[in-house]
Amino acid sequence: MEFQILINGLVLGALYACIAVGFSLVWGVLNVINMLHGSFIILGGYITFFAWSLLGINPILMIPIAGAILYGLGYFVQLGVINKVVSKPVLVTLTLTFGLDMILYNFMNVAFTATPRRVTLDLGSLEFFDIFLPLDRLLAMVLALALTGLLYWVMQKSRVGRAIVAVRMDRDAAALMGIRVEHIYAITFGIGALMAGATGAVFAFIFPVTTNLAGLYIGKAFVVCIIGGLGSVPGALVGGLMLGVIESFAGHWLGPQHAITIGFVLMLVLLVVRPTGLLGKKGYE
Amino acid sequence: MRRPSAQYVFFAIWVLILCTSPFTGSNYMVRVATNIALFTVLAQSWNFIGGFTGYPSFSTAAFFGLGAYAGAITQNMGLPLVLAWLFATVFVTVFAAILGGVILRLRGHYFAIASFALLEVARLVIASATEFTGGGNGMNVRLFPGGPDVVAQVFLYSMVTIMLATVGLTIWVDKSRLGFGLRCIKQNEDAADMVGINTTLYKIIAYALSATFCGTVGAIYASWVGYIDPLDSFEILLTLKVPVMAMLGGAGTVLGPVLGAASFSLLEEVFWANFLEYNFAILGFVIVVLIFYLPGGLLKVDYRPLWRRLTGHTSSREPAE
Repeated sequence: MEFQILINGLVLGALYACIAVGFSLVWGVLNVINMLHGSFIILGGYITFFAWSLLGINPILMIPIAGAILYGLGYFVQLGVINKVVSKPVLVTLTLTFGLDMILYNFMNVAFTATPRRVTLDLGSLEFFDIFLPLDRLLAMVLALALTGLLYWVMQKSRVGRAIVAVRMDRDAAALMGIRVEHIYAITFGIGALMAGATGAVFAFIFPVTTNLAGLYIGKAFVVCIIGGLGSVPGALVGGLMLGVIESFAGHWLGPQHAITIGFVLMLVLLVVRPTGLLGKKGYE
Repeated sequence: MRRPSAQYVFFAIWVLILCTSPFTGSNYMVRVATNIALFTVLAQSWNFIGGFTGYPSFSTAAFFGLGAYAGAITQNMGLPLVLAWLFATVFVTVFAAILGGVILRLRGHYFAIASFALLEVARLVIASATEFTGGGNGMNVRLFPGGPDVVAQVFLYSMVTIMLATVGLTIWVDKSRLGFGLRCIKQNEDAADMVGINTTLYKIIAYALSATFCGTVGAIYASWVGYIDPLDSFEILLTLKVPVMAMLGGAGTVLGPVLGAASFSLLEEVFWANFLEYNFAILGFVIVVLIFYLPGGLLKVDYRPLWRRLTGHTSSREPAE
């Protein structure tokens, strides 16, 4: 029984890591709390759902497509709007992204209504040693881990990734080295949105797609970032897995209604005790 | 709009308009006036921590909701109305002072996130304490006796009284050593600490002040509407709307939040009447306009050129003050 809870927690945790990793990147590099992240995930979910239900496109194929669409949206939102206030105090940037989130949320609500929709894959489930694991969840977990790994690879190895890391470490020095900071900001925000869109596509076949969940997702992103530490892919992964396992056990022992509360309380305690998170470091590595 | 005295005249007229709404307008207008007074209190309260001190607090809805529940529970236990409101006020103030001592050690983004988390935790705790609060089903509060007109007036004047108290407190803080200290913290917290301001104490006071009257109006709100539930009382939209109102008028000014709350509420009434589906988007657009075109708020805008154009005065620019 305990093993089953652990497995459930790890599956959930991988998904949480995938939610948080793009959010963490934007927060770490741009110093902007992107309240749009939850709605971006939902938008990715809608794109996937409608591509599946109207055009019959396989949802897995939609992961890169939803990501690319969201990348474009994120890039232009950052370039056209957020870049203008990016160095202002947190009250301004946070309020602005919150406001943009309200606009996106509202238009999605009007366009699609809040009716929960879901892509059904019907893959069956896996059973071994008393462990029950639906295959669509397992697939989602693998995809989530793959996406997180991909981002890590991009950050580590690609030219753009190194430029992003450089901007995070020292904006002015990076500018002097010939990096176009504004452009990198837009790319970073775009990548954050891309991760959200891809996450949304993955979530579409295990969770309902509805605007009501946007707030829940952004809440998870907060908690994971605080647990794991800001702006690092391994941090988000560790934070996500930890939160998943903790919620899973807390839900079992204390009742599911307390699982979310435990996450937030843990976050408040960690914020005060260790605000850099468990794996917090200075640079984005 | 530059001289404070002119602002106070406008404020007095505004209070008079709100107070006479039962005699000049319909019950709907009284309701709008009560709501405006409520939001003015919330925006004015947020101003202590967000405006004067510059801490991005998003816990207004937590204080409001806790006040609503504290008032409702004590009132249902048999405490007289005013005592229940008083209890809610004290309870929320103490709550904020204790939690402030913890989360005010954080700055910037971390503080903002912590203040959000406070709201979520408060809501979840209230929602799961079913035996006291009725959980997600919400709870009924004893209705105020009397006809609808009497009830409407009682709650209007209660809200306006609290509104005047909040403005009075703001005027005092603005002129006092406390306000000076808070402004120093906003400018540069480390330097303020260095020159001998007890920054921890000052921040806790500001945070507690930002909660006090939120608790009161929360309790009044609970008695007014007669039914509260966790989603309604701890509304995430409220926690965003209130700072936006304060910034719209002018954060850190004495009467800015009054102007912001009034103009935002009236705008919202107009939009609600016409584009009900888009009420979230309106808040979003107001935020975008606010941040890009009114960074200092409505009070900081120089209206003289506009005034001169309207009155047909075409003389060259007056020398700057």
